[in-house]
Amino acid sequence: MSEILEEYAKVTGRDVIEHLRQLAAPLNGLRVVHVNSTRIGGGVAEILHKMVPLMEELGIQTHWEVITGESDFYQCTKGLHNAIQGYPVNIPENILRVYEAVNQQTAETLHDKLNTADLVIIHDPQPAALINHFPSRNGKWVWRCHIDVSRPFRPVWKYLRKFVSHYDASIFSLPVFAQQLPHPIYLIAPSIDPLHEKNIDLEKDEVKEVYNRFNIDPDRPMILQVSRYDRFKDPIGVIQAYKIVKNFVPNLQLVLAGGGATDDPEGEIVLNEVRSAVAGDADIHVLLLPGDAHRTINGLQRASDFVIQKSLKEGFGLTVTEAMWKRKPVIGGDVGGIRIQVINYHTGFLVNTPEGAALRIRYLLRNQDKIKEMGAKARELVKENFLITRHLREYLTLIFALLHEKKDRISLN
Amino acid sequence: MANNINPFEIKDCALIAIATGKRAQNLRELKEYLNTIGTDSIYYHFWGSSLRPRFDDPEYHNDFAIWAAHSLHDKFLAERLAVIDPTEFSELNDLRAEIIEIIEERLDEVDYPLWSKRDQQFEFIRSQIVIFNTERKVYSPEDFQKVVPEMSVGSIFYHFIDSRRRLSSSIDDFQNWLLNYGNDYEDLCLQIREIDPYFSTLSKLRSELAQLFTDYFRRRN
Repeated sequence: MSEILEEYAKVTGRDVIEHLRQLAAPLNGLRVVHVNSTRIGGGVAEILHKMVPLMEELGIQTHWEVITGESDFYQCTKGLHNAIQGYPVNIPENILRVYEAVNQQTAETLHDKLNTADLVIIHDPQPAALINHFPSRNGKWVWRCHIDVSRPFRPVWKYLRKFVSHYDASIFSLPVFAQQLPHPIYLIAPSIDPLHEKNIDLEKDEVKEVYNRFNIDPDRPMILQVSRYDRFKDPIGVIQAYKIVKNFVPNLQLVLAGGGATDDPEGEIVLNEVRSAVAGDADIHVLLLPGDAHRTINGLQRASDFVIQKSLKEGFGLTVTEAMWKRKPVIGGDVGGIRIQVINYHTGFLVNTPEGAALRIRYLLRNQDKIKEMGAKARELVKENFLITRHLREYLTLIFALLHEKKDRISLN
Repeated sequence: MANNINPFEIKDCALIAIATGKRAQNLRELKEYLNTIGTDSIYYHFWGSSLRPRFDDPEYHNDFAIWAAHSLHDKFLAERLAVIDPTEFSELNDLRAEIIEIIEERLDEVDYPLWSKRDQQFEFIRSQIVIFNTERKVYSPEDFQKVVPEMSVGSIFYHFIDSRRRLSSSIDDFQNWLLNYGNDYEDLCLQIREIDPYFSTLSKLRSELAQLFTDYFRRRN
């Protein structure tokens, strides 16, 4: 077994890795290309950073390409992103033309690679229009949607569906996100990489260093939300919850740690709103971290008493998975993928309002044994279900499923 | 006799879930869809959970019961659905009929069908299952002691759960293979039969089976 697979076997168990090797064996030499919109920041890029080398390790020729444009392109893709999550966003025609033009240019650049690949996996709306430029494509094309599309803003979804409906299949993270499309809709939850710097075990000294660096008092309780500065993540709601609890637990500290993603132009506006809401409270630490601050985020998650993810909309919520992997209960918004991770009263609490979050924060701060108990359950749930090895197994299974679309039982022998 | 018996070939499987696009928001809709949904979907909602992300709910062991409890908030219905043991039904259509019967009974009792929130509808899912050889073979029953603890959860699913759908006798592959030895392992088969796959996770099932084989052959030898 290669070194990288050995490392995963230590975390997941040897049987899991052996299972992957056997499943991948008939796919040796297959050519797969992933396309998304950024290499740094955001959950998709993080998954691909490990998924691609792992697929390579299993004998599948795997490439990762990125679609990039200028500010108009990102304005459009942010609009698409928000609209398919349900916000009424009217994207001007000229901006849509920019989106289509960038997709066309990328199609020209990547033509040979994409046209000859056995499987092309297009992530999210940004590169979705690429398919229109490959009428004689060789392989199967799959649209992998990481976003909550359960209630899209219809005019924009109608526009995007024009492209998506040409794919051979789609993948959604949860059944509730699945939209009617004229092809099979597979369901694959995302995952975290236990060997990523963001998730590996840290020495106590390294966690201690994080307290020092950000001026956090290790002797007082600290709660944390890690997410981009994005309205859907409701950082203002987290501050409201903190302020309610502060009346009862005056020594509480709150850390909001956000990274910037290169495809998110709205981040700065929301960050300024957050800074205004802090209103000079020295116990609220608003951190803007670079996209590669993985060990810092790891340290913050481990340093926290427990973690908040009070999203109003959420595709899956990988920051929830990361926290749970570190044995932290999560108080999460009762939305999207948070629901399949935060099992109410078992691995954390689901909440709908800042008031609800405040109540649960107070409860956990006063019940340290519950933090431990819920944290242990949270770790186990992630180990069984949300590690990258399970994600990879489902991608491999998907390839066979695509090749034998009509059969519900596919025997490889 | 033992020399003529084909070895037990260890297979493995992986499952992928597919949305059917059918969603029920109340009990009456659920019943309507149940009348026509494919048996692969019924199978998925009872057994597929073993191979997909889920929390091991100590109260409710199939998706219909979980939905009744957590989305409809109808504990009466949830309890009745939870008690259904799919191992008692050799045909999935019989299992379907049982679920429908319970739902109809509940519809007779309530004045109006309970509704779920829009984003908590029952989502009918089906699956495709990929089965592959592991190249591992068991030549004598004693070998199960060493082999079972090393089997993947996919192998446990295939040989202990999926077999009940494949084999006309609706038993697991271990018992089915041991039958080749006539009555020699009748008592072992009896013990295997006592393991209830419905109330356990696959990794717990693997441990239970491994322990059973170890204890059995220790006593026998």
